[in-house]
Amino acid sequence: MFEYCQDISALSKYGFEWMSCYLTTKKHMNLYFSLFTVLGVMASAAPLAMLFGFGGMLAKRSANPVLKTFGLGYTNMVRGIPDIVIFMFVPLAVDMGIELLRHAVLCPSATTPIFQGVNFTPCRAAKFPSSFDAEWFHDTYGFLLAVFAYALVFGAFAANVLDGALKAVPASQIETAKAYGMTPRQIFRRISVPQMWIYALPGLNNLWVLLVKATPLLFLLGIEDLVYWAQELGKADMKRRALYPHPNWHVYYFGALLLFYLAFTWVSQLGFDRLTKAVSRGMATAGNQEARA
Amino acid sequence: MRTCWDSVTTYWAKPFGFGPALPRGDITICDQFVLIGGGVAMNLYFAIVAVTFGFFFALLLAVLKAHPSRWFRLPASTFVFVMRGSPLILQFFFAYALILMLPREASIQLFGMDIGVPTFRFLANAWFGALLVLFLNTSAYSAEIFFGALRAVPKGDIEAAKAFGLSPWQRFRRVTLPTLLRLAWPSYTNEAIFLFHATTLVFLSAFPALSQMGEALRYVKYFNAQTFNPFVPYPIIAFYFLIASSLIIFLFGRVNLRLNRHRNPDARVRIQYRPRLLR
Repeated sequence: MFEYCQDISALSKYGFEWMSCYLTTKKHMNLYFSLFTVLGVMASAAPLAMLFGFGGMLAKRSANPVLKTFGLGYTNMVRGIPDIVIFMFVPLAVDMGIELLRHAVLCPSATTPIFQGVNFTPCRAAKFPSSFDAEWFHDTYGFLLAVFAYALVFGAFAANVLDGALKAVPASQIETAKAYGMTPRQIFRRISVPQMWIYALPGLNNLWVLLVKATPLLFLLGIEDLVYWAQELGKADMKRRALYPHPNWHVYYFGALLLFYLAFTWVSQLGFDRLTKAVSRGMATAGNQEARA
Repeated sequence: MRTCWDSVTTYWAKPFGFGPALPRGDITICDQFVLIGGGVAMNLYFAIVAVTFGFFFALLLAVLKAHPSRWFRLPASTFVFVMRGSPLILQFFFAYALILMLPREASIQLFGMDIGVPTFRFLANAWFGALLVLFLNTSAYSAEIFFGALRAVPKGDIEAAKAFGLSPWQRFRRVTLPTLLRLAWPSYTNEAIFLFHATTLVFLSAFPALSQMGEALRYVKYFNAQTFNPFVPYPIIAFYFLIASSLIIFLFGRVNLRLNRHRNPDARVRIQYRPRLLR
């Protein structure tokens, strides 16, 4: 990176120049770029989660008993089952579904049964993504699965938030709409939904902070995120041939990540506070009363 | 063919660190039920100990946070802010790295002899280290809940207590605390449930597990790696957690009834679900 990095042995160990070389190695660049992976997951998962949340909320309030059961199941599962469990299960389940399909299509003449006891044994060609696929394909597939898993978990929470917000729309508004002769569908589309967002905002704010704080779990899904690189780079490297020999520096790497996430949640909180203030101008909500007091 | 009873007798103590190695190849559904069930018991152990001790520390933190002196207020609110603002999994990693920096053994010179003294390295075990992190984490979250409730205690109640001549301690013990707990209990129930759910992170964090001891999700991951079939272990863990979560809600609901026993049933605050998960 820098001129003086050509000969590291000439630099004083752990000095400023040594550090500037160390912190700009290729692996460290990977660490910095993995931030974009993390931001990418957040940016893709948040809108998708809102979509799932809206769908879940609609299903929960649906008159159709099948849809209603599904919606209730979806929104309630996060109450009893740890989100981490769901979050790790979803990519595995998708994997298995794809492999089941591929097994049926690619190996129609397979003799061994696909389920042996509790073991799942698809034919070799059905493995997905296979070891022959390009690295970028593995990475993209993993990224998409992670986004889907996050969206599914957070969609369930968002459905709960949106459902509560819809209930918080003042009854007088609905009654007035009824008096005007609007159909339930019109009331929903023209009165309830436009007004519910302000009531949903505190809950959605909470969810966004949770989503940010959930991103260090990405490494559990095999994605090379900040935590993965911090783990790799922090390991002690005292080999004689090592370019940058150093003891175990995990504590500094994880300390830095901790501060980074702290700053991130703090800034998001500030941003949301502003948004809440801007949107709730002129609305008689609890948040606004507090702001005035 | 092994029967279900064989699975129970072989593996019931495995999650606590005793018994033969985990099954390989020939894995039955019963093995999975027994081991994951024992794992959930470990999760419960972590949750119960952390919440029990955390309750008292959180009360202390809440009182300090509401203290008029800056010297008490600032440390308490900084601690709460840091623990609530950062992800739990990073707290695990950071704490483990910090504990590893402690010296393995230390000795002091006494009358010309080297005498070994214990260090805090034993914290590097999940039993202690992860528990400590969980304890600090739940203390911070609960402290915020208690702090909010503390500020919502009606002023008139405290003034009345003063007029009756109660000492500050009596005032806290007999007036502030019961009201505080009553106001905070619904939120605190949520906190307890989500802490219980967060214990699944313990063995996914850096803390090593001795002799294949473990909590439920660790076994679930193991079974999935062995059988490639996530549709058996994951529903099992979900089943156990659903039951355990309902049990927690039931127990906390009973406490809630007791805290509200003097009140008109219509005025009681019901325990409602509010998402505050994935720390």
